[in-house]
Amino acid sequence: MAVKVRTNQCVGCSQCVTTCPFGAINMQDDKAYITETCTSCGACVEACPIGAIVREVEEKVVKMDKNDYKGVWVFVEQMDGQIRNVVHELLGEGRKLADAMGQELAGVMIGDKVEHMAKDVFSSGADKVYLIEGPEYKDYSTDGYTGALTDLIHTYKPSVILMGATNNGRDLGPRVACRVGTGLTADCTDLGIDDQTGLVAWTRPAFGGNIMATILCPDHRPQMGTVRPKVFKRPEQEFSRTGEIVRVTGKVNGKDIRTKLIDIIRVCTTSCNLEESEIIVSGGRGMCKPENFVLIEELANVLGGVVGASRAAVDAGWKPHMHQVGQTGKTVGPKIYFACGISGAIQHVAGMSSSDIVVAINKDADAPIFKVADYGIVGDVMEVLPVLIDEFKKNKQSC
Amino acid sequence: MKIVVCIKQVPDTTEVKIDPVTNTLIRQGVPSIVNPFDKNAVEAALQLKEKYDGKVTVISMGPPQAKEALKECLAMGADEAILISDRAFGGSDTLATSYTLASAIKKMGRVDLIICGKQAIDGDTAQVGPEIAEHLDVGQVTCISKIDIDGSIVRVEREHEEGYEIIETQLPLVITVLKSMNEPRYPTVKGTMKANRKEIPVWTANDMDVDPEQLGLKGSPTQVRRIFTPKQRVQGLIIQADTAREAAAVLVKTLSEAKIV
Repeated sequence: MAVKVRTNQCVGCSQCVTTCPFGAINMQDDKAYITETCTSCGACVEACPIGAIVREVEEKVVKMDKNDYKGVWVFVEQMDGQIRNVVHELLGEGRKLADAMGQELAGVMIGDKVEHMAKDVFSSGADKVYLIEGPEYKDYSTDGYTGALTDLIHTYKPSVILMGATNNGRDLGPRVACRVGTGLTADCTDLGIDDQTGLVAWTRPAFGGNIMATILCPDHRPQMGTVRPKVFKRPEQEFSRTGEIVRVTGKVNGKDIRTKLIDIIRVCTTSCNLEESEIIVSGGRGMCKPENFVLIEELANVLGGVVGASRAAVDAGWKPHMHQVGQTGKTVGPKIYFACGISGAIQHVAGMSSSDIVVAINKDADAPIFKVADYGIVGDVMEVLPVLIDEFKKNKQSC
Repeated sequence: MKIVVCIKQVPDTTEVKIDPVTNTLIRQGVPSIVNPFDKNAVEAALQLKEKYDGKVTVISMGPPQAKEALKECLAMGADEAILISDRAFGGSDTLATSYTLASAIKKMGRVDLIICGKQAIDGDTAQVGPEIAEHLDVGQVTCISKIDIDGSIVRVEREHEEGYEIIETQLPLVITVLKSMNEPRYPTVKGTMKANRKEIPVWTANDMDVDPEQLGLKGSPTQVRRIFTPKQRVQGLIIQADTAREAAAVLVKTLSEAKIV
């Protein structure tokens, strides 16, 4: 599909120019002109008051028989045989998609001696597990895992693949999508089935969270997407559920893996796993100096939570990047998020807006963070935080 | 060592605002900048060049005005810049973009290292780097904060959720870099003057060995169905109190009564 201006009809009102989210339209000789930055999103088609902009359907030469591709797959990301939480969230969501499509849900497990994970995968909703095991898959490697997953895709032809938008998921997803020649929608925050086409409708934030885009992958299979952790709720596990394990021999040769993992340095095992935390206390520029982060740490401690930071605080060197919440940092979705001395730029909000409850403390009553906060205190963090710590301590003792 | 850095000109998304009446993006006055992560990529390339000698080429796929972004990279110290621009590339998703960039890199002959920013701040997909690696059939390491090259061995630090991985690999290689990799230098006056004198060649589809079916909209498996503005969170309660102590006490009481903590 391409968007075209019927130049003879264009009256030069330039409404499309202001509507275009990508700035892809300009005026040339008083007529709208669509430049190559156009993504064919169609926003201008609706905006044009005289219908001078149209979508043109282009005939695509499609080589694949889409009907051969069936089922929803979830990539079961693991580390040392431990399944990442996001996998369960994806299984819950994948179950809904599979049911809506009347097809089965499968988990793809790649690793070394990881068969024991199957029980967990079934209990979260999978009907089937594809299992590739071997010492060459013990640790994640781009080459090893891409080879294993693409082999499975070519043999078993899934219609949909979901992966966590984790560091490994974002490394593996594009490599696999490119090798099989299909589309991948990154960092989705919502999934559904498109009414008109029956395709998976992948919704994701763009422009630093300023707009949302719903993406389809009409003519290529599998339809692939990565999904941010903590966007979907983890399903209730039913441990009585069982399923079929399909054991597949991996074809990857150890010497074809071009990267070698020498060491894993765990800077923090839980203290900076913000993605999977229930309580996060974050500090921003309003903390004024690095020493003041002690208060953030103390509050996090009292509540049993972890420490986050805004980009301003990370850029100032007060906290390492691993604690950064926001568009260029981590996306989090805790039960409760404390934003202390954080103004609430859209990039920060994009990383924490799926939190259940947001508490904001800022001395500027007009700070945008209050627009997204469930509870707000207008005041100096340096005064409020010590009291808050005291009160929570008292509250804890009385429970 | 021959290094290619892939950059993108992006609208400064921190400056983008939503029109509260029409609910659309206000783009007027939003500056176009070099994607911030790509500046770290350019800096990484320049540091490697200083250490191991070589040549740094910066490329970008985009409209003619993306030359401005390339000029900025030349001013930082890159040796040459090439703009990949053609109407035929319009509507490219990440697969078509990476195919086009990889085709341009193939035209350059032997390239040792390709550096991309971790992601672009307008699309945030983080896909083009790995997909370039796949098109070129070379290894990749994403999200790196450190690189050392010792003879034929490349040692990098890759960030993951709980810490870092130390990975050894070899050239040719594609890496994507994080902000923590380095502090991008500012262009010097001399560098800017030199950059202004440099010619930035433009490569079109005809200049590269490409399959037209894999370009632009035709070569893009994904389609944008709909664009909309996100639901705003509803503003909650601002706790009114005379002192910080009172406000904090009310907050703790409210949260514990609601069984939130």
